[in-house]
Amino acid sequence: MTKNSTVSKVLEKEYKYGFLTQIESEKIPKGINEDIIRLISKKKKEPEFLLDFRLKAYKQWKMMDEPKWADLNYPDIDYQDIIYYSAPKGIEKKKSLDEVDPEILETFDKLGIPLNEQKRLSNVAVDAVFDSVSIATTFKEKLAEDGVIFCSISEAVEEYPDLVKQYLGKVVPINDNFFAALNSAVFSDGSFVYIPKGVECPMELSSYFRINSGDTGQFERTLIIAEERSSVSYLEGCTAPMFDTNTLHAAVVELIALDDASIKYSTVQNWYAGDKNGVGGIYNFVTKRGQCKGKRSKISWSQVETGSSITWKYPSCILQGEDSTGEFYSVALTNNKQIADTGTKMIHIGKNTKSTIISKGISAGHSKNTYRGKVHIGSKAIGAKNYSQCDSLLIGDDAEANTYPYLHSKQIKSNIEHEASTSKISEDQLFYLRSRGISNEEAISMMVSGFCRDVFNELPMEFASEADSLLGLKLEGTVG
Amino acid sequence: MNQKKIILEIKDLCGGIEGKDILNGVNLKVYEGEIHALMGRNGSGKSTLSKMIAGHPEYTITSGEIIFRNKDLTQLDPEERSNIGVFLGFQYPIEIPGVKNIDFLRVAVNERRKILQKSELDTFEFEEWIEEKLKIVKMDKDFLERGVNEGFSGGEKKRNEILQMALLEPEVSILDETDSGLDIDALRIVAAGINKLHSNESATILITHYQRLLNEIKPDFVHIMKNGEIIKTGGKELAIELEQKGYETFQNPFNESKE
Repeated sequence: MTKNSTVSKVLEKEYKYGFLTQIESEKIPKGINEDIIRLISKKKKEPEFLLDFRLKAYKQWKMMDEPKWADLNYPDIDYQDIIYYSAPKGIEKKKSLDEVDPEILETFDKLGIPLNEQKRLSNVAVDAVFDSVSIATTFKEKLAEDGVIFCSISEAVEEYPDLVKQYLGKVVPINDNFFAALNSAVFSDGSFVYIPKGVECPMELSSYFRINSGDTGQFERTLIIAEERSSVSYLEGCTAPMFDTNTLHAAVVELIALDDASIKYSTVQNWYAGDKNGVGGIYNFVTKRGQCKGKRSKISWSQVETGSSITWKYPSCILQGEDSTGEFYSVALTNNKQIADTGTKMIHIGKNTKSTIISKGISAGHSKNTYRGKVHIGSKAIGAKNYSQCDSLLIGDDAEANTYPYLHSKQIKSNIEHEASTSKISEDQLFYLRSRGISNEEAISMMVSGFCRDVFNELPMEFASEADSLLGLKLEGTVG
Repeated sequence: MNQKKIILEIKDLCGGIEGKDILNGVNLKVYEGEIHALMGRNGSGKSTLSKMIAGHPEYTITSGEIIFRNKDLTQLDPEERSNIGVFLGFQYPIEIPGVKNIDFLRVAVNERRKILQKSELDTFEFEEWIEEKLKIVKMDKDFLERGVNEGFSGGEKKRNEILQMALLEPEVSILDETDSGLDIDALRIVAAGINKLHSNESATILITHYQRLLNEIKPDFVHIMKNGEIIKTGGKELAIELEQKGYETFQNPFNESKE
């Protein structure tokens, strides 16, 4: 056997969420222009302010250039060849779950996200998004008892327009970057969460995003507001069918934490990654940012990124309130020809703000995995502290790992610590474990889990084991 | 007395690594209850032989057989060989950062127990069970909480190997230079451990350069390897002779011209 063959054999895997749901959907014509934006807004029966928001964003977007600094090496995207809105037919009329197309319910069942009352996870509320629309949100009534609002963003626009107007686009301005501007112009659906003062959200909230159409982009928008002394833990998951073309996903997530509030946002991203030769897969260009607006507020991002052919994503924290805390815990696994360029930005503005960055990148096959992060300490951030740790693990001889930390400090009374390491799963390590009776696959899983432990410890309990098995699944050849 | 059963038989084993022949026809028979010492210079093929028995994928067997309890080992994966009772103590135990020693040991033990048709041990049962085994190598419990061999000293690594041997209860153990890099106290601990684990149903093959290990563990047979062959076999006295005269004196009686 050659040196690589044992490792690569183990890495061959099947994507088990790659099925396509056969369903009639209503699509608008391809391409983007003012009329298309008006049409999306009209379909969603939006108020004037939102149409204005979209049109402004579109104007900005037209003047912007696609960012190329990340060295992602993908062919130019034809933005006129994308459908910006696709919804299962007749979805607008559905009010209760009973009316939802059983095909769609079955799809979510198959994905392990049952929406039916009887089968639901008892302590997790789910908002299920299929292509451009939210299909259902579970436990809405129960959450309402505590004043927690959890619904699709479309519904929030309708029911709570003042809240949406007050916060939308405030953390990620419409002209923030090319993809954020595009999203602001054409976003279709996503989740909305509002936790009132002093409320600790009684259950985990989660959104599940499913892209079903091959030629439709998904542009979801999520907004989470945590009022004073409130707390919430939110998780998102994502999958898509296997197509040999690339699908664009450009989401924007905005979080706002007021005094003493805390938001924990976890992502398990498993979009279709393309095949072995890099054909197909999702282009995942996402802007996620949280604002620790209040004193002693806290925002914690944890992410397990295993899918997409390209991931471009930097969940960030603006640490504005004094004594506020930002955290970023990330596991990014790339295989075959996947490219991930991910990291975080911690912007320290307030006094005594603290941030922690723990990033674990695993690259296998011919993939490229980059950590890119920025720690900025502003001139008023006396006593600010950052700790960063970026570790890369290489599997096989053809994968690439890069680390680009950018550190800026304008305050002498602050402290930045950065540690980085690169290691490799060697054939000798594998043989050592195998010679103790542990199979190849289990050996690799064990080493990868060990490498990721610091991050898995940060995931909500219900999902930590799921993330672990997801990585296992990605690395196993036999489980399909 | 019952007739002793054969555990391991190596017949005319040839092969090497990356196209380079290292073994040129090794023959060896190991019976239950025996301790064999395999000596020879660096590059004589001792470690290659041990790795081929354990099934290292980088080593290729070009001809010959390795028979363990009537099974052809060469057809099995390394993990299968371990599970049926073949153990290799590494000359340089490998560090596996992040994987907790105790987790690794428990998975390994449970794989072996499956084959022995014993019940799987859960975390609590395993912790209890391992305590006795730790005493054999005089290891502290703290070692279990660290990464596998991560930051262990040379002596600690070797003791961890013998701990694994104690846990896996193999039928044949090949210990590759377990004595190298050990101070005299650590050598005694490791040797005492090996002696304690040796039984009438199992066999031990010690690969070593030095006589000093053989003062602690008494071999039934001493083999001298040279150029990928066993050129001489004798009793314990052969090791003493070797220590006095050096390897130069020993030639393959059939292959004099080669030297």
